[in-house]
Amino acid sequence: MNTLLELDDVHVRFRTHSPLNAILKGIDDPFVDAVNGVSLEIGEGETYGLVGESGSGKTTLARSIIGLVEPQRGSIRYDGTELVGMPTAEMQKFRGNVGAMFQDPVGSLSPRMTIRSLLAEPFKIHDLSQRNLGQEVNRLLEMVGLNRDFANRYPHQLSGGQARRVGVARALALDPKLVVADEPTAGLDVSVQGEILNLLGRLQQELGISILVITHNLNVVRHITDRMGIMYFGRVVEQGPTETMFHQPSHPYTLALLSANPEPDPDAEIDRLELQGEVPSLFNRPSGCEFHPRCPFADDRCQASFPDLTELSDAHSYRCHHPLHVT
Amino acid sequence: MDANNVLEIRGLNVEFASERGRLRALRDVDLTIPRGSIVGVVGESGCGKSTMINSIIGLLAHNATVSSGSISFQGEDLLQKSERELRDIRGQHISMIFQDPMTTLNPVLSIGTQMIDIQYRDQIPKAQKKARSIEMLSRVGIPDPESRLDNYPHQFSGGMRQRIAIAMALQAEPELLIADEPTTALDATLEVQIIHRLKDLQHSMGCSILFISHHLGVIAELCDFVIVMYGGEVVERGTVRDIFHRPSHPYTFKLLECDPARIAETTRSLPTIPGEIPNLAKLPPGCIFADRCERSIGLCREKIPPSTEFAEHHWARCHLAGEVSST
Repeated sequence: MNTLLELDDVHVRFRTHSPLNAILKGIDDPFVDAVNGVSLEIGEGETYGLVGESGSGKTTLARSIIGLVEPQRGSIRYDGTELVGMPTAEMQKFRGNVGAMFQDPVGSLSPRMTIRSLLAEPFKIHDLSQRNLGQEVNRLLEMVGLNRDFANRYPHQLSGGQARRVGVARALALDPKLVVADEPTAGLDVSVQGEILNLLGRLQQELGISILVITHNLNVVRHITDRMGIMYFGRVVEQGPTETMFHQPSHPYTLALLSANPEPDPDAEIDRLELQGEVPSLFNRPSGCEFHPRCPFADDRCQASFPDLTELSDAHSYRCHHPLHVT
Repeated sequence: MDANNVLEIRGLNVEFASERGRLRALRDVDLTIPRGSIVGVVGESGCGKSTMINSIIGLLAHNATVSSGSISFQGEDLLQKSERELRDIRGQHISMIFQDPMTTLNPVLSIGTQMIDIQYRDQIPKAQKKARSIEMLSRVGIPDPESRLDNYPHQFSGGMRQRIAIAMALQAEPELLIADEPTTALDATLEVQIIHRLKDLQHSMGCSILFISHHLGVIAELCDFVIVMYGGEVVERGTVRDIFHRPSHPYTFKLLECDPARIAETTRSLPTIPGEIPNLAKLPPGCIFADRCERSIGLCREKIPPSTEFAEHHWARCHLAGEVSST
């Protein structure tokens, strides 16, 4: 399988104090690290799931891939092209290659535009207005299973599922090779969630696209992804094939997330690794391994040093001093 | 009314006047909450969950009318109460936790002020009210509650804010707590923490909880009884085991089937419920679910099915009730 997207040691930092303010307040490093050295690869036609809790940096990472935030360090290569440091004008052109689906199906569509204008917009932005836009809009609507009459409606006249379908159509308008889907099914009912995921799956098979799915819904990840990565505090703490990750997680946080997923069975035996506390504030980064204040296995070493990457077979890797059942 | 029940809703019908005509949002809704139990409500958007809660606490919109039915709370019909009498009940005997912990609290008042304010009915010194607030905060697991009373909502994380909302709701030791999707806005590891906290508090205080959620896993883990709503009707009710192990209404069956958490084998083709939710202004003559039901027979489209009890405490509103689970 050819690699389509390759991230190497990506760092995204946000400024917290202006330079003057930092000097006055005596702050040496007026930044927070939202994404802290992430490396991952997505192959052609592959679905990669990025999982983590709020504030873990998964959305920031996605935004850096589509060029909405600039990484301070590291490299993002798409099909051999380096995206970090690309001039804005070039980046704007490049964006046609990557489709994006944002959180909140209805909120991510402009309320003042009809579905027709929303679907024609990508072509206008990328100077493709010479195409027959009416035809393109119909093609897209049909592709996502919506009736042609929808072209005249406004976003508020759509249900969540229908708005999401429009989001899918917009993301795929320019035939991208990669789609970044940020929480594609959050807020949708389970029966509608299934429809959207089936649609994405079908389109992926037909068009051969790669998908990066960002979600906190592990049940979704289990069914639709080939590989997955777990993010905590701006780092990928474990990644590997989805199957392996579910059956043999190495990082305690992965296990905690997997077991925090209540099963829809009142008689399920619950063998849970329950975490204390919450994700700490980015302004107050714990020393050593960031997970140690919540980790049941933490000791002095975890407090002192950040664990190196350990690579197991099968592209499965983790960062932990006390991995679970490693034989 | 049975003295063992905290709340009994019988034959509740609620209608909204709208441009499209009368919307029959709730039809013949029955609900029983036994003392000291947790009753879960499951259903997709538009099924009438919120309308039911709003009828209980007397917060229905102005264009709504209760055309028939009764809501008995501790032996008295809430629908016959004046606005003044309802105010005495709300917050003291029935309290509520809302979905979004970011917007439930007043951003410009400190937590302490808000917690003391809501004790306005008690004729006790302020110091005592403060002590009670501190105790309540420590019961929901806020570390160092005494100093945190002076903090404002934005100084707390999401999980802590929801715990503060729980503390405020339980402070008056209500007989009934209504929790409307209290964990939807929280991350997985926090969701588990909050559910356990709620269960512990319910146990020690002996109150009853009406718990609304679309997360079937949470319902299975927390609740004793479950009602399933669809299109403004309660289509099935039973113990949590009845609903999850022996679903009898085709809709319950489908809803459970759609939950990706219940599908053991990894699949890229997830089950869905074809069709759309019915138009409540133009109700079909027969069963509300008939259009989307795979098992519907001629009778289903002609006659509204009666609510039949076919096992103890297990009711379903279906002409074929009892046959679904066995086939």
